[in-house]
Amino acid sequence: MSPPVPDAAADQGPAFVEVKALHRVFDVSRPWLNRVLEGQPRALLTAVDGVSFSIRKGETFALVGESGSGKSTVARMAVGLLAPSAGEVTIDGVSMQAAADGAARQKLRRRIQMIFQDPYASLNPRWRVERIIAEPIRAFGLLRGAAVAARVGELLTLVGLHPDDGQKFPHEFSGGQRQRVAIARALASNAEFIVCDEPTSALDVSVQAQILNLMRQLQREFGLTYLFISHNLAVVRHMADRIGVMYLGRIVEISPGRQLFAAPRHPYTRMLLDAVPDLDMSGRGRIPVSGEIPNPIDPPSGCTFHPRCPLADDRCRREAPAMRGGVACHAVEEGRAA
Amino acid sequence: MNLQGPGMAEPVISVRDLVVEFVTRRGVLRAIDGVSFEIAKGEVLGVVGESGAGKSVTGAAIIGLIEPPGRIAGGEIRLEGARIDNLPAEAMRRIRGRRIGMIFQDPLTSLNPLYRVGDQLVETILTHTGLSPRAARARAIDLLAEVGIPAPERRIDGYPHEFSGGMRQRVVIALALCAEPDFIIADEPTTALDVSVQAQIIALIRRLCRERGTAVMLVTHDMGVIAETADRVAVMYAGRIAEIGPVRDVVKHPLHPYAKGLMGAIPTLASEAEELVQIPGAMPRLDRIPPGCAFNPRCALAIARCRTERPEPIAPHPAIARREHVEPGHRVACHLAEAPQ
Repeated sequence: MSPPVPDAAADQGPAFVEVKALHRVFDVSRPWLNRVLEGQPRALLTAVDGVSFSIRKGETFALVGESGSGKSTVARMAVGLLAPSAGEVTIDGVSMQAAADGAARQKLRRRIQMIFQDPYASLNPRWRVERIIAEPIRAFGLLRGAAVAARVGELLTLVGLHPDDGQKFPHEFSGGQRQRVAIARALASNAEFIVCDEPTSALDVSVQAQILNLMRQLQREFGLTYLFISHNLAVVRHMADRIGVMYLGRIVEISPGRQLFAAPRHPYTRMLLDAVPDLDMSGRGRIPVSGEIPNPIDPPSGCTFHPRCPLADDRCRREAPAMRGGVACHAVEEGRAA
Repeated sequence: MNLQGPGMAEPVISVRDLVVEFVTRRGVLRAIDGVSFEIAKGEVLGVVGESGAGKSVTGAAIIGLIEPPGRIAGGEIRLEGARIDNLPAEAMRRIRGRRIGMIFQDPLTSLNPLYRVGDQLVETILTHTGLSPRAARARAIDLLAEVGIPAPERRIDGYPHEFSGGMRQRVVIALALCAEPDFIIADEPTTALDVSVQAQIIALIRRLCRERGTAVMLVTHDMGVIAETADRVAVMYAGRIAEIGPVRDVVKHPLHPYAKGLMGAIPTLASEAEELVQIPGAMPRLDRIPPGCAFNPRCALAIARCRTERPEPIAPHPAIARREHVEPGHRVACHLAEAPQ
């Protein structure tokens, strides 16, 4: 039906960020003594299970999924806040895992920044905004003396605040203004790759619109590359050039934004799109949503979506589908999905 | 002023010129300033607005849960014709839960973690009805089945932590239904849930409302949820209703400049817009609400009158109604709707 989709952007120009077969396992066992006394084995939770994608320079790649799908864990590994159990993240050809020594890592770090969901928790409440924004400039030794203050003023103006706002503390700002401060801080080190983890989920819609517009405007101006994490499909559609849909630690479908919404292929993507309450009230026919995300400690066999999937057969229960042509689904591959 | 929707008999709940104030050191803050609406049997009224608009306070005022320093400073609230805003605490306690059910945002905090789900349901049923404990337990199982909990006869003995978020919210809905209330206030019932689960809960609320004829006040900041669930919608801004009317009409043909901006600011699955509509500024703090129309400093269309005279919700001028395809029962608090420009 729909034209084949490339697995990644590899054939459409060089990738700036490459995530290769990323795995992350968390040990969620009870303490040693409990395990021994109660005779329980170790409990391991595979939060991210073989995630690969690439992002070109100046592009926005989004990961969507419900809670527990592993999207935030991928984000934390992409900025180096969390080490992967296996796999690799490379930025502009430099592997984040290989760049273990100080100088190379420092160089890489400057080019990556992160914007978090909760602007009430991500800014130090005891620091003036000026010091918060200047921290990356000082840490990377980019500027000295009076030039720092001038640069902070410039950054504040850039994100729609006033240079005098630098003298204020975070509590004097609203949620939207705090998120602007967080964006100014991310830009302070002249970062090229910004990972945004639910940047507008804590904001009201009118403020969300201001922040999303600002992020797009800054992207155009500075050629920023975004990894955008969100559970809100409408926000993702608005922001992303390409989208990866995650379910239980795996990417089940990856496709250009427009195409994903016009012709979703994976049964989970279809279900997710059907579930979004929409303002259009077009009265479209909906597949009733069934079930919930299973417990990731004990995921289903084969394709982890099979217990909720209307197209599941024996093969789906047995064998995990590989990513082929942008979708990881036996039914799509065999042409069983209409 | 008649804010009744079309084709309604006696409304289940009717709120008239409600004023809620909070006395603080900085002075008296008006959280709700002259709000009026009615909800008919079997109807869902969506109440939408941004943080601080007064949505939740309106709900709290109806069920008599405004705690000092807050107080209902004016207006009246009627439940099936009888005033409930001036009842003594004990009388109000009997109405709460029995005639007015409540569903809150976070299902984990509305359930007691130390009691089995069944005990909480049975206790509520025993409090509000004359059933025997055995009959109450049977009824609790029926309720759990009705809200879509699989194997209710087994799950009834589970603790809240043994349920997933969506299942917990179903239990909370079952709790709200225990005494077959006439009216349910659902305050952000799906905000803490994932979209696929949210769709299930929305469908459940709709079905219960249709089958039982319960009136529902659905408070949420999510316009999509309102569009799917509500019959009518009230858009609140700074403690006042800016616009109220049939949901389709308000979503597709908003008249108030704030409502228009709000609709444009929401990214949708179908929109092709490069830029989202941006409303400059933010909602004023309660101690800085400007005179006249509360929205005037952010409004691109504001005229001198907007800065001095407060607009009341009115039906738009017939010429405007024709031009904007507005249906009857749609009211807007904007001076510009009084006459075609």
